[in-house]
Amino acid sequence: MSIFIDDELCTGCGNCVDNCQFVGIEILEGKAVITENCTFCSACLDVCPVNAILIERKEFQIQKVDLSQYRGVWVVAEHYKNQIHPVVFQLLGKGGDLAYELKVKLSLIILGDSFEDQLKQFNIFGLDEIFYIKSPLLKHYYSDLYVQVLTELIIENKPEIVLIGATPTGRDFAPRVAKRLNAGLTADCTGLEIEEISRNLLQTRPTFGGTLMATIRTPNSRPQLATVRPGTFKIIEKPFKQAQIRRIDYKLSERDLITKIVRIIEKERSSVNLEEAEIIVAGGRGVGSKEKFKIIEELAEALGAELGGSRVTIELDWLEQDRQIGQTGKTVSPKLYIACGISGAIQHLVGMQNSGIIVAINKDRNAPIFKVAHYSIIGDLHEIVPALIEEIKNIKSSNT
Amino acid sequence: MKIFVCIKQVPAVAEVRINPGTNTLIREGIPSITNPFDKNALELALAIKEDHGAEVIALSMGPPQAEEVLREALAMGVDKAFLLTDRKFAGADTLATSYTLSLGIKKILRESDEKRNYLVICGAQAIDGDTGQVGPELAEELKIPQITYVQKFELKQNEIIVERIFRAEEVVIIKTELPALISVLKEINNPRYPTTSGIVNAYTKKEVVYLNADALKPNKSKIGLSGSMTEVWKIFIPERKEEQIIIKGTVEEIAQKLCKRLKDDKVL
Repeated sequence: MSIFIDDELCTGCGNCVDNCQFVGIEILEGKAVITENCTFCSACLDVCPVNAILIERKEFQIQKVDLSQYRGVWVVAEHYKNQIHPVVFQLLGKGGDLAYELKVKLSLIILGDSFEDQLKQFNIFGLDEIFYIKSPLLKHYYSDLYVQVLTELIIENKPEIVLIGATPTGRDFAPRVAKRLNAGLTADCTGLEIEEISRNLLQTRPTFGGTLMATIRTPNSRPQLATVRPGTFKIIEKPFKQAQIRRIDYKLSERDLITKIVRIIEKERSSVNLEEAEIIVAGGRGVGSKEKFKIIEELAEALGAELGGSRVTIELDWLEQDRQIGQTGKTVSPKLYIACGISGAIQHLVGMQNSGIIVAINKDRNAPIFKVAHYSIIGDLHEIVPALIEEIKNIKSSNT
Repeated sequence: MKIFVCIKQVPAVAEVRINPGTNTLIREGIPSITNPFDKNALELALAIKEDHGAEVIALSMGPPQAEEVLREALAMGVDKAFLLTDRKFAGADTLATSYTLSLGIKKILRESDEKRNYLVICGAQAIDGDTGQVGPELAEELKIPQITYVQKFELKQNEIIVERIFRAEEVVIIKTELPALISVLKEINNPRYPTTSGIVNAYTKKEVVYLNADALKPNKSKIGLSGSMTEVWKIFIPERKEEQIIIKGTVEEIAQKLCKRLKDDKVL
């Protein structure tokens, strides 16, 4: 692919420069010039009034893979202490939608040791089949084993889409699997859709710290791998359907391991569970102080909600680290999110904008949080929150 | 032993704002910096060098202006710096980037006498793309073991023993033999600041070596755009929904109206 400027047409108007997010084009001596930063995103083409910019896309070079051989949507399971990670159920919901649209099977891949008794729990997620790869060594996570087993399975069964949780584990093996298969991988997707006809997976993800969204495609290769952060998609239960179990006993020996686990250190499990909370009450700088945060806690308590905060509340030590919501904290999607005194920096918004209903309480009517809120309350949270607590208590007592 | 540190020049994304009038990024005054995680990677390499002796080599792939971050690495104390730059590398996704970096590392190893005694250190992820994919893909390209999200590191002869974060309540201690690749978290150390003499040296005594496509002799189908399986189809500024209900009234009225709406929405 290459990009050209037609100097005879270019008027040097600079529209392209204003619309380039990457400093990929500049005006030199009255004409547009492409710089090293160009990513070929084609934003400049759309805004050039004289059509002086041309991108030459080489039409799909020799197709190395016959894309039509690849069918099916896979979700790769992750587990800890023999418990399936919640992100797996979330991925099954999204994976089911994609499989339905593509009219293909939805499969779950479990690499583990003793999951026989747990396979039944998946019958409410619309799964067609479960690949259960069993070996005592798969009780714990080893990068090299996951990469080896998954790559072999993918080569043999040719799924078109493979979804993986964007956890430290998923983000460890997914890139290596992608590299071994020479397949495209998109990290931290917040939106997944199917492009009609081509069957390409359109993978939308935040980039530039969440300031921009990028939609990524993998038009020339399969499978299409994507990781998704926990909390991005919702768990969707489906009518009962017995999944076909395909158990594969894998012969793995200690000698196959190139990395070895020396020891596992368990820390006290945090009681904070923002990713699965149905209601979250979160506070921001506008709350004012650690003492004043009490009122936010009270609101959370009245609602039976989990308590969260923006980055600044953690930096100021008003809240514990594991309550941080946003780009560098947790990604959440509760049914109800109440933001108190949170201005709504983009880094916060990317962590909560998938919530069902968003309520924002803020003094500043121009706060960006109002752009994502369904219900906006412009006012002092220290007056509104106590009244809200009162009202909720009234409702609860009249219900009982 | 050789320690390769892969670093990236990134915009200081926390300072990026959007101009609501034109709906474009406001770029003026946004500095380009060394990716913060990569500074932890540099610090770890320099600390290993101090304890065990090693040659520390910083590599970056990017446009010529990325020389700035390599100068900064030299000022911190790395021994050599290489910039992999060529118009042909542009438009690379993580697959093509990791391939290109692997060529740089292989070239340097070929020209040295320590072909198997090396460690590669990357930051856990870059703050602009946030994928964290180049590290594992580079390890695969070099056919060496990887350990990602490392928060503690120890070297014993030819073996590395590290603490890797898996989830909030679990840390795993893992060991493997060199050569290997690790990616590091911010928790691992506090990066040093360059000294004045370090900065002077970086610009007077040391140099940044440029490696272009002719020097690396890549397989052309594996670099830049042609080596990238993913393509950016569309870039857009997230749209915020228009429908928005402002709840007004006295404090009590607001509380009542809001609760009623939340009940109607079946979230309360």
